[in-house]
Amino acid sequence: MEIENVREKTDWMKYFYSFLITALIFATAIYISNYFSEKKLNQLKTMEDKISLDILSSETQFSLLAESSCKNIGDNTLSREVSQLGDKLSYAEEKIGADDPDFQNLKTYYSLLEIKDYLLMKKISEKCKDKTAFILYFYSNKSSCTECQNEGYVLTKLHEMYPQIRIYSFDYDFNTPTIETLKSIYGIENKLPALYINGKVTYGLKTIEEIKKIIPETKVWDKEALATSTKKVEATN
Amino acid sequence: MISSIIIYILLFGSLYFEVFLMITYFEKRKHIKTEYLKMEGTNWPSVDIIVPCYNESTTIIATINSLLNLEYPKDKLRIMVIDDGSVDDSLKTLEIFKENAQVQIHHKENGGKYTALNFGIKNSTADLFGCLDADSFVDKDALKIMLPYFENPKIMAVVPSIKVYEPKNILQKIQKVEYSWGIFVRKILTYLNALHVTPGPFTIFRRKIFENIGNYRHAHHTEDLEMALRMQKNNYKIANSHRSFVYTVTPKNIKTLYKQRRRWTYGFLKNTIDYKHMFFKKEYGNLSFFILPFAVVSIFSTIYLATNFVLSNINTVFEQIAKFKLIGFSFHKFHIDWFYFNTGLVSVIGVFSVVASITLILISIKLAEGKLKIKPELFYFLFIYPVIAPLWLFGAVFNTIFSKTITWR
Repeated sequence: MEIENVREKTDWMKYFYSFLITALIFATAIYISNYFSEKKLNQLKTMEDKISLDILSSETQFSLLAESSCKNIGDNTLSREVSQLGDKLSYAEEKIGADDPDFQNLKTYYSLLEIKDYLLMKKISEKCKDKTAFILYFYSNKSSCTECQNEGYVLTKLHEMYPQIRIYSFDYDFNTPTIETLKSIYGIENKLPALYINGKVTYGLKTIEEIKKIIPETKVWDKEALATSTKKVEATN
Repeated sequence: MISSIIIYILLFGSLYFEVFLMITYFEKRKHIKTEYLKMEGTNWPSVDIIVPCYNESTTIIATINSLLNLEYPKDKLRIMVIDDGSVDDSLKTLEIFKENAQVQIHHKENGGKYTALNFGIKNSTADLFGCLDADSFVDKDALKIMLPYFENPKIMAVVPSIKVYEPKNILQKIQKVEYSWGIFVRKILTYLNALHVTPGPFTIFRRKIFENIGNYRHAHHTEDLEMALRMQKNNYKIANSHRSFVYTVTPKNIKTLYKQRRRWTYGFLKNTIDYKHMFFKKEYGNLSFFILPFAVVSIFSTIYLATNFVLSNINTVFEQIAKFKLIGFSFHKFHIDWFYFNTGLVSVIGVFSVVASITLILISIKLAEGKLKIKPELFYFLFIYPVIAPLWLFGAVFNTIFSKTITWR
């Protein structure tokens, strides 16, 4: 009956091999993580290219139909695409990192697309008199802006309630020439969160009710929504 | 940034430990599978088993009966029950063994478990000396599977595999998986000569070890841990008989589990401080360079990671409250887009680490149960244990830092 003796010496090679395998697993994890980050950034780039094309298409449509019809220009698809891109960008900013140069390029491009969309939609709205409301939202990711996240919740909810409101958000600290120009044109000071609505700038957290007061169209939309729901009830009865 | 670096280092460390265990397991797998010897012949050594008893009237009879049922020559096996000043009717319950020649019943004033064990050592005359906690029960072939290990003269103690006795509720089922993990780790530690606990339930010693290194000490209520460290310090070897099964009654509720585990962790930390000179010394091998430092670091890293997790989630809770106050109920958008899967480095390493942990746990279950059967307790263990374990680790570290003594119960 022979029982194996317990190890007499420390097996340093096992420590080395364990280190090697662990390092290999770590390297694989780094590779996988980078691979997916790159894929995500590529997806954002593709989305931006598509939106850019859509805006160009809308602009062209607008120019072509300048004097005739307002139909089919700037429908909600584009707005949804811009909004989805915004969501993904803010997720990527948190997970991939704001300092990533590829990400910064994408964010710059996104800001440009937002401004282009804003200018085009404003023109369409004025021409077609469709009572679309516009909000330019300036925020900061810095911890000094304690209310920026809350303002984000308010605006998301507001857009859910009133899809007619188009919201464009800009990182106040993201120093690109276009955002700087936007800040100087509308006189946005570093007192965030800041909202530019109907030619007026407001600072600090604004609730849904406070924003509704600044946008009188919301009363009309509320009435329309009430009338539609009443009609539906009557039709059901 | 610093927090991320700390998390990467901790993840690397825990993955390294898992890889190290796995390499050792695959290196020794064949040996683990075939290692199954039973005592044969007529030259059976005499064995004294001490059963320290303090208020154990509900389980003591079954404990002694399990010892009496051991497949071992009756004239070679003596059971010494040491009643450590019980205030319940343990002593009266024990009267049924009065006429049994194999059972000796002693009564002494309460002094703690280690005093009961030392009382037993003082009265022991056998070749081998063992202890069985009064809430534990042995398999009938447990002892004869352990004895062949003593044919190696360097081995001074053999520890068994401990299982949970009749797990009923979720908490006990979680402990069942945990004890299976313990069986696996104990086996691996044997190959590294790094066992640092000689558990109360049925560790068998050569009696002369106590003459050489002294009796049990108070050792912060973890005398079994201190004894193993003292043996390691004196270069005595401890083996593990993974096929000798002992069943122990485990805590039924979170409060008693918390107190038990806090005592164990506190005892480990205090004894580690007492034996700090064993760290990073060539003569103590793997125990000194790897196992003890890793065990200490893992306690603090678990607390760090748990605190980090709680703080970040508290923040989320406050954010959600603020959000509710502002806009009322608003369900978070559920993104099924792959884009929103967290593919950050910590998450990917986390997935690798979880896969390695599950693999090791499945190997442990196979080793403990003889076959691999995936039961719900595996999932209870995976999801509930990481939530509750930091509680007693935190309690133990708090008491160690602020020198608060811990009671047995």
